[in-house]
Amino acid sequence: MLKAMRGDRGGQALLVLLIITLIVVPVLNLGLPTTHPWHVSTYAVTLLGKYLCYALLAMAVDLIWGYLGLLSLGHGAFFALGGYAMGLYLMRQIGDRGVYGNPVLPDFMVFLNWDRLPWFWQGFDWFAVALFMALFVPAMLAYGFGYLAFRSRVTGVYLSIITQALTYALMLAFFRNEMGFGGNNGLTDFKDLLGFSLQSDVTRIGLFIASGLALIGGYLSCRIIVTSRLGRVTVAIRDAESRVRFIGYRVERVKTAIFTFSALLAGLAGALYVPQVGIINPGEFSPINSIEIVIWVAVGGRTTLYGAVIGALLVNYGKSLFTAVFPDAWLFALGGLFVLVTLLLPRGLAGLGRSREIN
Amino acid sequence: MSLFCFHNRSFVLTKGAFIFWLLAGIFFNESQAASLEELLPQLAERTFPAKQAALDSLATSNDERVPAILTALAQGELYLRSVNPIIVIGQPSTPGNLRLIDPLTQRDLGEVGASSSKKITLNNKMRTTLRLALAVWHLNDANPTIRLAAAREMLGENNPTVLQALQNQLARESVVAVRNILVIALALPQLTADDAVNRLKAISVLANNLYPEARNALVPLAESDPDPSVKSAAVKALSSIDRQLTWSNRLETLFFGLSLGSVLVLAAIGLAITFGVMGVINMAHGELIMIGAYTTYLVQTALPSWLDYSILLAIPAAFIVSALFGILIERTVIRFLYGRPLETLLATFGISLILQQLVRTFISAQNVVVQNPGWMSGAWPINPALALTYSRLYILIFALAVFVALLLVLRRTNLGLAVRAVSQNRAMARAMGVRSARVDVLTFGLGSGVAGVAGVALSQLTNVGPNMGQAYIIDSFMVVVFGGVGNLWGTLVAGLSLGVANKIMEPWAGAVLAKILVLVFIILFIQKRPRGLFPPRGRAAEG
Amino acid sequence: MESNSLIKKLIVSTYFAVSLGITFSSQAAEETIKVGVLHSLSGTMAISETTLKDTVLMLIDEQNKKGGVLGKKLEAVVVDPASNWPLFAEKARALLEKDKVAAVFGCWTSVSRKSVLPVFEELNGLLFYPVQYEGEESSKNVFYTGAAPNQQAIPAVDYLMKQGVKRWVLAGTDYVYPRTTNKILEAYLKQNGVASNDILINYTPFGHSDWQSIVSDIKKFGSTGKKTAVVSTVNGDANVPFYKELGNQGLSAADIPVVAFSVGEEELSGIDTKPLVGHLAAWNYFMSVDSANNAEFINTWHHFIKDERRVTNDPMEAHYLGFNLWVQAVEKAGTTDTDKVEQAIVGLETPNLTGGIAKMLPNHHITKPVLIGEIQDNGQFAVVWETTGTVPGDAWSDYLPGSKDLEADWTAPIKCGNYNTKTKMCLGSTAK
Repeated sequence: MLKAMRGDRGGQALLVLLIITLIVVPVLNLGLPTTHPWHVSTYAVTLLGKYLCYALLAMAVDLIWGYLGLLSLGHGAFFALGGYAMGLYLMRQIGDRGVYGNPVLPDFMVFLNWDRLPWFWQGFDWFAVALFMALFVPAMLAYGFGYLAFRSRVTGVYLSIITQALTYALMLAFFRNEMGFGGNNGLTDFKDLLGFSLQSDVTRIGLFIASGLALIGGYLSCRIIVTSRLGRVTVAIRDAESRVRFIGYRVERVKTAIFTFSALLAGLAGALYVPQVGIINPGEFSPINSIEIVIWVAVGGRTTLYGAVIGALLVNYGKSLFTAVFPDAWLFALGGLFVLVTLLLPRGLAGLGRSREIN
Repeated sequence: MSLFCFHNRSFVLTKGAFIFWLLAGIFFNESQAASLEELLPQLAERTFPAKQAALDSLATSNDERVPAILTALAQGELYLRSVNPIIVIGQPSTPGNLRLIDPLTQRDLGEVGASSSKKITLNNKMRTTLRLALAVWHLNDANPTIRLAAAREMLGENNPTVLQALQNQLARESVVAVRNILVIALALPQLTADDAVNRLKAISVLANNLYPEARNALVPLAESDPDPSVKSAAVKALSSIDRQLTWSNRLETLFFGLSLGSVLVLAAIGLAITFGVMGVINMAHGELIMIGAYTTYLVQTALPSWLDYSILLAIPAAFIVSALFGILIERTVIRFLYGRPLETLLATFGISLILQQLVRTFISAQNVVVQNPGWMSGAWPINPALALTYSRLYILIFALAVFVALLLVLRRTNLGLAVRAVSQNRAMARAMGVRSARVDVLTFGLGSGVAGVAGVALSQLTNVGPNMGQAYIIDSFMVVVFGGVGNLWGTLVAGLSLGVANKIMEPWAGAVLAKILVLVFIILFIQKRPRGLFPPRGRAAEG
Repeated sequence: MESNSLIKKLIVSTYFAVSLGITFSSQAAEETIKVGVLHSLSGTMAISETTLKDTVLMLIDEQNKKGGVLGKKLEAVVVDPASNWPLFAEKARALLEKDKVAAVFGCWTSVSRKSVLPVFEELNGLLFYPVQYEGEESSKNVFYTGAAPNQQAIPAVDYLMKQGVKRWVLAGTDYVYPRTTNKILEAYLKQNGVASNDILINYTPFGHSDWQSIVSDIKKFGSTGKKTAVVSTVNGDANVPFYKELGNQGLSAADIPVVAFSVGEEELSGIDTKPLVGHLAAWNYFMSVDSANNAEFINTWHHFIKDERRVTNDPMEAHYLGFNLWVQAVEKAGTTDTDKVEQAIVGLETPNLTGGIAKMLPNHHITKPVLIGEIQDNGQFAVVWETTGTVPGDAWSDYLPGSKDLEADWTAPIKCGNYNTKTKMCLGSTAK
């Protein structure tokens, strides 16, 4: 593990900062009275937690875009599927505290006159099952999709567009009320997670720390992959796919494996995201969301992993800030940022440091 | 009969009784309750029931000035003048002004500002009354189209006075189409005749037409006519009607599909150039369509009195405006990104956000009104069960025209040659003396301009607002990829076939599921043929 | 080495900028009362919601001209949740926790309300929700100033039944408001003797733009000789192509009238209304209603927005009513404290713009008149029917099996949103 981090100064800095944050923020939030000037509000904690989930998602995209050369415009789908799996668990935890007081059925099923829980909701009252499904479902979808696509050598923009079709089709499907996932409203009004109230500060801090740890774990595992032999083959595929195939590597297997792992990370991010924002709905599948993820990575700088994290944090913070400060004009700022970064910083912010390196 | 009559009783009775009353006034010159001078001001009453009462009396009046008044009322040209309030007919003269005419004396009351008179408002009940009253007058209009519409309105009436009027008109009618419908209108009531022979005769008249009124009237006979020969004739007539209906439904579905497909082709064909030929993943393509639609809006606003033609002017205008925006985008951003298609995606996504917000800031966050010119409203009746809407029909033709024009540009012009050369091998083309930078600008401008032209067409079908581009961008990419990047024919075939497939599935799958199935189909199809329906050939394919 | 420190610097500075920015935003310490405005200014809902943002700003402006509330000026805090539902929750939290607003005026879609609801309940804030909605909800922290289904859908259907309509098409966008409304209407129609095969229910996705097949189906459904009407809960953008297709396929209002619950003056201002003349809408407010209050409101609006062509609509009136009720409640309670305002506001009254009185009921809904209007060719509605007096909003529909025994009452001694009149208890908190 230490070997994987050797030479990755940016990553080292990132991990150190993450660890510091994970210690300092909870202390400042729980340890200080709300009136203290150094107190970190719960709002800030959930917001940071949300950004950390986005950062994990961005890293998952960077893994396949930066190192494998696959631009997925559908990673939001894996994220949302992970979120829905966690959402199902949280819905089941509501129990009879819904507005209709039905001990089995969620509210939306009561008013749509469903008489029993659909089969695919079974088992989600166990946290372990939900967590497993949050990783398994996106991974399986990615495996199936990758198996088909990479075997028939769908590449480049074709792959990008069909990943977009994938997330778009899923969005339309989840919008349908007949699907049994709450239609447009999605799943919301969550109460507990593992018996802890989602509204308490302690749970929030717990989720925040979990997101941070997931990000650290994700970062380390991505580093391990990219510094391993597998990682070198991956980069080779990105740069000259045909040659790698001629040397005798099963290119499609490598691609499918990395793609699946990336989807798994995205699913994990989604599962951590949902309890913190309190809602999951089909809007998460929208192709625009997936494009935004790619943009975080581009802004931060791809093929660095830590760049994706920077990008996700910065763009989302910018969004939170601008939507409050310039509610009427923030799209100009955001749009302008994307254009300028692509034109002036082709390797993103992380490239800023490295281009000097060459000089 | 019994079933039919039961269902329709209230409808037929009210409508029939009313017409009887109406015609009684016209044909038998009965004395009227109040004079026109007294009735007319009552149209400006505050409540609808009071207005309705005035209208009913007006409609039964045999004053010869009434038809003109009711026609004006139906067309929304009847006003209450605010100063010295009387009811006047106001015809739009110069913009913002009305020429007022006294309906009682036909005297010209001069021109006034439109805001100085209040329009007489109508509700649905009054409109129905008006429509029937006007239909009776129009039955012997000089224009056969109006006669036809009037006779169509009378279909299903079995009031003796109406039938007499129809009979009279039939005797002097010379136009075949009008005669046919008069015959049908006269045959319909015969279906309930006591004499089985008359019923049989009526069935034979109605057996081969697709008016819903005819089919509805035949159903009870086929189910429960006491006379077996009538019953079997009705059953036979019904099955023949249903067979024809099935065919016209199939034709309708095909038309719907082609129409949806033509919209997809229009939206995608500009992208087929910028994305397909140049390799730029232009996420701002939808916004270029939006700019075209807004140009249509601006042209229409600038030329309010030229509504029927301004849309034709909007086509070149939208092409130029969108092309200029495209050229601006190309010069300032995209030219730095050639050969890096995925990065053009990011930059153009930023541009699309900026363009959307520009429209919100400088025009409005709300949708704007783009009107349909008269010749694009309404439908072309093929048969009574099938009518093709003009707007869709023209857009289908327009899409094909744009396609052919683009094909010619790419195949037959020097620019087209240069474009193809640069897209196939940039370095080689440059070596041969093609000024690739200039070709890039023109190609991108062309693709953007075509997107603008698509915006003109789409403005006739859907919302024109800041979000409209977003609605088409994904579908456009699907069409181009499904058809095969870099192939215009592919785009055409892909767009039309996806449209038709969607519409064939829609009746049994529903609109959403049909769309999902189409997407899944595209995903699977790309696995089978990774480069679309018409894959690019030669070296370019390696890229 | 220099390069490495640069990367490090970059990461460190980004990280600190973000975390510091989030955690320690400056807090203004002026003596104002802050009012949150939570409406999307970008994204798909901006079309409808920007107007409501402007309405709230206008109301605040007017109130400040009158001297503010409790001797303090009101200060608007405007944020843009960008039609993104999780962002709604985040922004709501920011308004309540960071800006400490006294009340929030906002949300349009049901999903945005559902998304912010837990936040308002947790942080004990006040939300005024101005749009007609599906009901089946009552929260201590939310005031529903738009119509519940019994204040819009049922009277509209009653009106059409009186007009002799026997066959019904219930067409809607596939989300919770149309689903619930259509469920209520279906139950209601069947109770009134309409057979199942005289009801056609159809759902389409958001932003549906190709209505050819559906309009053709409606035409066929309506050609059996029985008077047919369409009850449309089609939402937002999908309406323009829907009405255009209706017009082009020759379905006029006299043949098959369409009564819509989501099409108001604002939506019509984006449509060429000539082909739509005679189609209906049911609302609690129309701009065309002739009353002194309304004339003044329209005048103030035109003055504020500096555009004579802008229209007013029902959700704007709802904000007007909600805002006036809130101001009164704060004055009555003498504080902006949520619990005190929440108790003070129940029973308060303010005049409607269309005449009559809006009263805040114990279930946090208000009394409203119901108006049916027909579209005119100038984009306005002519009122063709209205209820005598006002209709009290009902949070729980009497026509749904799950909710007919439920009632909301936020006054003592019940104090809950889902009181079961049969079992005499609040389901949510006590049922086992």
